[in-house]
Amino acid sequence: MNVTVKNLVKTYPSGNRRATDDISLTVEDGEFLVLVGPSGCGKTTLLRMVAGLETPDSGTVTIGGRDVTALPARERGLSMVFQSYAIFPHLKVRQNIGFGLTMRKVPRAEWDSRVRRAAELLDLGDYLDRYPAQLSGGQRQRVAVARAIAVDADVLLMDEPLSNLDALLRMQFRAELKKIVARLGTTTLYVTHDQAEAMSLGDRVAVLRDGRIDQLGTPMAVYSRPASQFVGGFLGAPPMNFFPATVSSGRLQVGDVSFPGGPSGWEDRKVLVGIRAEAIGVSADIPGTVEVAEPTGATTLLTVRWAGGELKVQTAAGFEGSEVGLSFPPAALRFFDPDTSLALH
Amino acid sequence: MTGRRWVIQLLCVLVSLFMAVPIYLITLAALSSRESLDRFPLPLLPTSLSGETMTTFLRSTGVVGGLINSITIGLSTVVLSLAIGLPAGYALARYAFRGKDAYQIGLLLTRALPIVVLSVPLGRTFLDLGLYDTTYGVTLLHTALALPTTILITSAIFLGVPPEQEEAAMIFGASPLVAFVRVVLPQALPGIAASALFTFVLSWNEVLGASILTLGRRTLPAQLLATLADSPLAFRFAGGLALVLPALIFIAIVRRYLLNMWGTTLR
Repeated sequence: MNVTVKNLVKTYPSGNRRATDDISLTVEDGEFLVLVGPSGCGKTTLLRMVAGLETPDSGTVTIGGRDVTALPARERGLSMVFQSYAIFPHLKVRQNIGFGLTMRKVPRAEWDSRVRRAAELLDLGDYLDRYPAQLSGGQRQRVAVARAIAVDADVLLMDEPLSNLDALLRMQFRAELKKIVARLGTTTLYVTHDQAEAMSLGDRVAVLRDGRIDQLGTPMAVYSRPASQFVGGFLGAPPMNFFPATVSSGRLQVGDVSFPGGPSGWEDRKVLVGIRAEAIGVSADIPGTVEVAEPTGATTLLTVRWAGGELKVQTAAGFEGSEVGLSFPPAALRFFDPDTSLALH
Repeated sequence: MTGRRWVIQLLCVLVSLFMAVPIYLITLAALSSRESLDRFPLPLLPTSLSGETMTTFLRSTGVVGGLINSITIGLSTVVLSLAIGLPAGYALARYAFRGKDAYQIGLLLTRALPIVVLSVPLGRTFLDLGLYDTTYGVTLLHTALALPTTILITSAIFLGVPPEQEEAAMIFGASPLVAFVRVVLPQALPGIAASALFTFVLSWNEVLGASILTLGRRTLPAQLLATLADSPLAFRFAGGLALVLPALIFIAIVRRYLLNMWGTTLR
């Protein structure tokens, strides 16, 4: 089932600006859509309005063609994983996973088999008779996910489900989550502030800022063609490099250096140039000084000073030296309006 | 580490003795024959047990009635103060509303006035309403006295249950009421038990208001206070036992919920 939100506006009584500012968005049937953005960008508010835990000031939420804006959470036929897990400490793992089924008055035999199936999918088979207090953080998170998938809902909502796990566990569970959700084929709306998580999980990614969607697209599209300076700087590690330049007859002038490239119809004007760290060449002619070289194993990350300021450059492992000759392949250059910081096309 | 453990255990024993020894002595005296009380040295072991003092005490006028009144009022006060206090505590814990701080301070204000000051106008009002000398009247007074603590204790307990758990319950198909009953209430039981305990003991111990607001339907403490001063020594011990025993039984019943507070139940 697809989820459509239309012109959603929400202002919290305490805040004077809108938490979500006229957001419209469609999650297609079976799609895994990630809402990503810095804290306070409205992504959680948006998710909670879809869940029915917040009431929008205006706008509508539609699930599978049914307008659910006025319906309470329990009648929306969805399922959710919370950031704090929100599993019930007074119930055993078994009852936790089966909570939604209990509420739906599922017959005993089916209840058992569905709880068992969800538990097995998340490797919780041996822990069914324990209390949450006897589990580790990672296992509690698994209980929360098992509870969410046991009900077999049409739509699955996840609010930063991995953010309370340590780094290694997060990486492992991320892949596992992707596998499970792909297998179930449930329409999923996933909120995170972690850009790596967004890139790796989403079929599509919506980057939010100040209650608005800055860009919506596949992870690679958003990564390689950011719609604004904000998106380029937010997505990817290291973030996109930006430097100002002047366009003159098909070339870009930065200080006393010039190289080919530049947007058409922007003659003799200032432009903001963006380029990804891995796109920059290091064996050409634009001079730069290596300030820091950080080997990361597979690659080496350089911090280079040149005429345009500071650059992050990702180059092959084993790089050595203190001087580089930079090159900026014209196809990898992205241009932004310095006033609005929006991409130029 | 073990040294500190010893100190703590010793303190526990001392505190327990401090509580238990007087109760033991009263019980002993109440259940011994009247002659043995005058013996010197006083026997500290139950050597001459006799139900005589207790039976005479229970047969004397007003005692059984007072006991029934006290239990009725105590339990009604617990029920009524929970019925009003739980929703109030929940509201304080979950919602931000205008005047919340003032409300919380206002709650404590009821306890700022001495009962004497309250009782006389209350007696006057209850006379007009026909509530004077009824268990209802005393129940109302005790509920009013107990509510501030009930509300503050339960709101603290509700604060301990994260709202996300209720939200999760509602996502998975529970109405707000069902979410409260199945998710919040089980976790809040220790706190509710504690506040019930507190309320019952408060009602049981409250003498002044109960004395002023009743004439014939005295609670046991009020009844005993009026008569024991003029009674023989043995009777006073019997009265003491009758005062302590029901409260002890109530505590014993509520205790297992209270202990949950340190078990696995609360996170």
